[in-house]
Amino acid sequence: MLMEQKEYYLTIADTLLILGQRLSEWCGHGPAIEEDIALSNVALDYIGQATSLYKEIAAKEELGKSEDDYAFLRDAWEYRNVLIVEIPNGDYAKTIARQFVFSTWYYHFLEELEKTNDAFLQGFAQKSIKEVRYHFQHSRDWILRMGCGTEESHRRLQDALNDLWEFTGELMTNSAHEMDAISKGFGVDNVVLKESFDRIVSAVFQEANVTVPADIWMQKGGKEGKHSEHLGFILAEMQFLQRAYPNSKW
Amino acid sequence: MVEVEADLIWEYLKMVEDPEIPILNVIEMGIVRDLTWDEDNKKWHVVITPTYSGCPAMKAIEEDIIEVLAELQVKNVVVDTVLSPPWTTDWMSDEAREKLRSTGIAPPEKGSADKGLLMGKVKDVACPRCASTHTIMVSQFGTTACKALYKCGDCLEPFDYFKCI
Repeated sequence: MLMEQKEYYLTIADTLLILGQRLSEWCGHGPAIEEDIALSNVALDYIGQATSLYKEIAAKEELGKSEDDYAFLRDAWEYRNVLIVEIPNGDYAKTIARQFVFSTWYYHFLEELEKTNDAFLQGFAQKSIKEVRYHFQHSRDWILRMGCGTEESHRRLQDALNDLWEFTGELMTNSAHEMDAISKGFGVDNVVLKESFDRIVSAVFQEANVTVPADIWMQKGGKEGKHSEHLGFILAEMQFLQRAYPNSKW
Repeated sequence: MVEVEADLIWEYLKMVEDPEIPILNVIEMGIVRDLTWDEDNKKWHVVITPTYSGCPAMKAIEEDIIEVLAELQVKNVVVDTVLSPPWTTDWMSDEAREKLRSTGIAPPEKGSADKGLLMGKVKDVACPRCASTHTIMVSQFGTTACKALYKCGDCLEPFDYFKCI
């Protein structure tokens, strides 16, 4: 397997796994049972999608590894996820705000991924996009409900967006290995996705009566393995069992 | 010989239930996509595809296929999982849809989810008990990855809807 291909697969898989892990923190803590179930289902979709990518890396690398090796036996600096997925959930407004911006980007990313020259990624994108439609719709509904709801729900949503916005830029940038992937025809140019992203986001925010924070410094580095301190804590919890009891099986 | 055995295995596979919707078997669900004989390694390959990427039933289905076939003296079975072409509710037969309805699960409407879904368009779903279309979607996510939660406005019963994908 080519190094740039592995890096490219890992960026997608790690982003999905960490967001799935974050969302599953809501299991048993949702504001209503329907939401508890909804976020757990979305988490399950992400973790399932990440699993199929890790399995494919394992098959292509031919080193006798399984999907679990990639998830449980790599440290923070080896993770390639974008920063937005590792920051803490916050209140429900912040979780939903992240779900909305992430699903908007991810939906358009998958639309383009279907057109690349990598047969596995094409199939992956065709499969995943069907699930992501439901994630997008769920988060959009909540953005409208909170934005047009009470004074408090509106304030919380706007605060969440202000807090999160510096992490949205990284989704629409290309790292060095993504540039390699684009030049070889199996990667998506994230910069091009910005137009559709901005269009959808501003239309929904207008309807929800919230504003997009403008001209803000954008954080990045996750795709190169430079993470916030939060990722270490996520991995410490997620990887505990394999670290404490190596090779233990379910 | 191989052809005869293949026909038989397709029949046997109908004995493998979907663990989450046991009224349907894996053939009716459209989960089994192909069956091939690998002459070099003397192995049967059963090709399956997940309904949802994270469907927790896939592992159980894989094990059940191997177990059911082994009991019927079909050994050397390998189960392969593919993502493409992606599973769609359109592959469910009318018979399978009727079975769902009879157990209180509203079957998926024909036609996979379209882009209208993105902007909040919700399909009209008939109540599996009283057939009223005066129904309300409570949550797009239900008891399993493949179902949404609805409520009937006439008979007031809550019900699962097998959502289009």
